[in-house]
Amino acid sequence: MIIAVASGKGGTGKTTIATNLALSIPQAQYIDCDVEEPNGNLFLKAEIQQKEDVGVPLPHIDSALCTYCGICAKDCEFNALAVLKDRVMVFPELCHGCGVCSYVCPEKAISEGEKIIGVVERGVVPQEGEDLVFCQGVLNVGEPMSPPLIKKAKTYAEPTRTVIMDAPPGTSCPVIQTLNGADFCLLVTEPTPFGLNDLELAVGVVRQMKIPFGVIINRSDSGDQSVVEYCQRENIPLLMEIPLNRDLAFAYSKGIPYVTENSEAKDQFGQLLVAIHKELQV
Amino acid sequence: MIKELTIISGKGGTGKTTITAAFASLCENKIMTDCDVDAADLHLILQPEVLRQESFIGGRAPVMDKSICTECGTCQEVCRFNGIDLDPDKGYTINSFACDNCALCAFACPEEAISMVDSVNGNWFISKTPYGKMVHAKLGIAEDNSGKLVTLVRQQAKKLAEDEGLSLIVNDGPPGIGCPVTAAITGTSLVLVVTEPTLSGIHDMERVVDLCRHFQIPVQVCINKYSINLVNTQKIREYCAHLGIAIVGELPFEPLVNKALVARQNVIDFECGAVTRVVRKMWQEVEKQMMA
Repeated sequence: MIIAVASGKGGTGKTTIATNLALSIPQAQYIDCDVEEPNGNLFLKAEIQQKEDVGVPLPHIDSALCTYCGICAKDCEFNALAVLKDRVMVFPELCHGCGVCSYVCPEKAISEGEKIIGVVERGVVPQEGEDLVFCQGVLNVGEPMSPPLIKKAKTYAEPTRTVIMDAPPGTSCPVIQTLNGADFCLLVTEPTPFGLNDLELAVGVVRQMKIPFGVIINRSDSGDQSVVEYCQRENIPLLMEIPLNRDLAFAYSKGIPYVTENSEAKDQFGQLLVAIHKELQV
Repeated sequence: MIKELTIISGKGGTGKTTITAAFASLCENKIMTDCDVDAADLHLILQPEVLRQESFIGGRAPVMDKSICTECGTCQEVCRFNGIDLDPDKGYTINSFACDNCALCAFACPEEAISMVDSVNGNWFISKTPYGKMVHAKLGIAEDNSGKLVTLVRQQAKKLAEDEGLSLIVNDGPPGIGCPVTAAITGTSLVLVVTEPTLSGIHDMERVVDLCRHFQIPVQVCINKYSINLVNTQKIREYCAHLGIAIVGELPFEPLVNKALVARQNVIDFECGAVTRVVRKMWQEVEKQMMA
């Protein structure tokens, strides 16, 4: 089963929830899909065993064959090519590696090389009993396009495990790429006008993608009732509330997962998985 | 010449919008923008009154004419994004969540059953607020092209500033280091990075600072909630000192800030003690750097 942890907004506690949940349940795998800012391993401290560069195709123009007809540039939906009188410019940061240019070139002058955009790292988090399986994508700084890297990281999801995917913030391409194929989505929010606004956006996304979901309110005692009222009104299951807790915040700031020092919290996260299973059965 | 300031953080939830909204109250002759088009929040505090609304056509998307389709499967074969599903009842269909809108399927279809049509990916707005005009946007649910929309918002803000003879644009930026952030910082006069003294805050700050250096954009740093971990705060100071980056403000953790946000007010109008004082001073520092 694949459980994605998303939020719309950043800083609501996605990584806190995702890492603590992964540490609290058996047979788990954690995949950090927030490849722009992967933070999970600051807490999990996995032993990385494999690293694999991830590349996307990048067009290469054979100037001996090119007639500068301009068809490649005209047909590229992303303006990644510009044809001048005597040369073709390729803009790697705009290229999606889709293959249209090489497909449409009448002279077969375009071949494809590869551009490395980041790395997927895999390993384990040693645990009593069975180890937690770990995977993260790390986007190279300066690379604008994260979805291909997210997609690659997701290919390592092991079907026999409960896979926890830590999603990036927002509601666009990187989040859609992460959520596509998830069995359940945990939406983490906070009880403020900001939290509610972003929760509504995230709910729109998961509803459109037809993914079952539930809400977790972090710092539940620090704001107002608007999120709780919204969930009631919209019939959204509220699966967990975590009050503002100085110990937790301080442990977080030092990179210590809360459940490693608190067996009660570990039980609570175990119960969260039970609640998710229950939601999926209804 | 119009100056442009973009406030980013790498990590979400560090207080970008809190700082931006406070600056809205402090600076004059400016346009505010919300470049976090995925999850725009600035409007919650500035409470804009929309003057003009336009739709955002971010690109084109494929549409399949099933009356022409012969179910040959060529589209699925050529697609690199798993954007074509094979449904037992409906045959080949476009999966818009996986589709990258590249049009290869349309080129490859031997029956010309797939065409590309303009898609409205969201809306953008020019609004009036108590603190001046604001340009903002709302990306449609599960839509893409947020980088393009960010660029559009900035262009419109610039046009508006020129038309009205204003000298400054303040952009509330998106989180991360990807395409929307790149679109929000390229060509700006100054980037203010808001960070917090947590390991993830530091990690993400380092990545956005790298990004700004990559694009050769001047950077200043503000540490929010510095008092939650003084050891990490010291690490941020050392990191910035090492790179010659000025820390223009250190804001203590202050529960009143949350009260201000819940009341939908900025921390200048809603008295938040030391935070209010530090933000005032920080704006002077930022302004000095930009006008230098």
